[in-house]
Amino acid sequence: MQRILTAGFGGQGIVSMGKMLAYAGMKEDKHVSALPSYGPEMRGGTANCSVIISEKEIASPFISHPDTLIAMNQASLDKFSELVLSDGLIIANSSLVKVNSDIRNKIKVVEISADHIAVEFGNLKVANMVALGVFVRETAEIKLDSLKTALEKIFPPRRHNLIPINIKALEKGFKR
Amino acid sequence: MVEKVLMCGNGAVGEGAIQAGCRHYFGYPITPQNELTAYMAERLGELGGVFIQSESELAAINMVFGASASGARAMTSSSSPGISLKQEGISYIAAAELPCVIVNIMRAGPGLGDITPSQADYFQAVKGGGHGDYRLITIGPASVQELYDWTAKAFYLADKYRNPVMILGDGFLGQMMEPLEVKKIEELKLPPKTWALTGAKDRSANIIRTLMLKVGELEEHNKKIQDKYKRIEKELIEYEAVLTDDAEIILVAYGTCARICKESVFLLRKEGIKAGLIRPITLWPYPSAVIRKISNNIKCILTVEMNAGQMVEDVKLAVMGRCPVHFYGRMGGGVPTSKEIVDEIKGLEIK
Repeated sequence: MQRILTAGFGGQGIVSMGKMLAYAGMKEDKHVSALPSYGPEMRGGTANCSVIISEKEIASPFISHPDTLIAMNQASLDKFSELVLSDGLIIANSSLVKVNSDIRNKIKVVEISADHIAVEFGNLKVANMVALGVFVRETAEIKLDSLKTALEKIFPPRRHNLIPINIKALEKGFKR
Repeated sequence: MVEKVLMCGNGAVGEGAIQAGCRHYFGYPITPQNELTAYMAERLGELGGVFIQSESELAAINMVFGASASGARAMTSSSSPGISLKQEGISYIAAAELPCVIVNIMRAGPGLGDITPSQADYFQAVKGGGHGDYRLITIGPASVQELYDWTAKAFYLADKYRNPVMILGDGFLGQMMEPLEVKKIEELKLPPKTWALTGAKDRSANIIRTLMLKVGELEEHNKKIQDKYKRIEKELIEYEAVLTDDAEIILVAYGTCARICKESVFLLRKEGIKAGLIRPITLWPYPSAVIRKISNNIKCILTVEMNAGQMVEDVKLAVMGRCPVHFYGRMGGGVPTSKEIVDEIKGLEIK
């Protein structure tokens, strides 16, 4: 079972990441749940999404201690890093997040300058896909192809023109 | 097998209604159920149904009253404060014995509260939130799939018993995304709606009213609907039992809390504590007999809710002192964790 917490600013595509992960897991016939934070904190503050991908039926969709935290901004790292399991993983968007040595000494941290990479691709909004690419490389929990398929389902048809750049971002994070 | 889609609970309620043939939706927006209103707007637009964003919740429930009286499968949805506003209409619909489905995706109160999840409208749903002696068939689904399945079934039950049915969810269930199989809904046989107001051409007029001024008429009407409630209590009880066979401690919870409690049961079992879970699916009628029976053979019950202690009263009524009944609750948008529940059980004085 893999418990993933995606977190960042509202507008960074945090819930979309959660949906993508859940969709990809579902495509691989796993049990999945995605629980977005929908409270007042979403506007301007932090948004997060709890995703579970499991071989077995999921009892509770809530996550007290994630296996993986994907922190897209500093506030999410500060808020959630303590919850991550000691054998877990933190993926930090180093364009916006500084990880101190305290955290680094306790938990495996993978940093990626997702925002910078996304801007190089010409669209800041695909930073979340760069981070998801890293997640697949580090955990092998789901296949990159499943995430690519998920894009077609997550984007409404009128936005399908954005799929190629999202795929590029996924691959960049995966290969790096 | 039907292909699975990833859908949020609110969307699953909407699709369940559509698949059950609901083509009349009336609602007024409120978080955290807005995805449902939006879903119905889109789907009923495609299907040529009737979608009205009413001027108020009072208008919405009375539109349901009208649509149902004319024989349509009608639905409204809201969240706690909006459901409070609808209570007068719900009492009228129950009195008029009209079928409809009302969805409450509960948020934290009292008052306007906030938009976080809650189960604090249990009393309002199962004890009759409006005036007069009446009952709503009340369903407490616990997953996206169940929200779909039970919403579809709710329309059948409403028609079968000519009674309003409430789907009682909470903000998390509405927002949570899980795989959904959009199963084809089997049309079960129902008697024709000969009572409906469809125009009295070539037949005598039907009258649907709730004002009964003739001496004794209202008492007779009350007896009639109470007999119906007794029939529903006999025919319609649904629950899930998890690891109850050898259990010494039973958790009782519904909806979101039941999902969390299920995890607590697995955690407790790992530590050698014989815990089990009873999850009522029908909240009215309540699975009292099941709880009564099991209470003879266990050490105690812990009821877990996202409120100050509401369903626990029905648990106590079922148990009637046969074993201790404890309560653990979080209020105002608080959600218990599986570990909190485990700790609560370990802290109980169990004899």
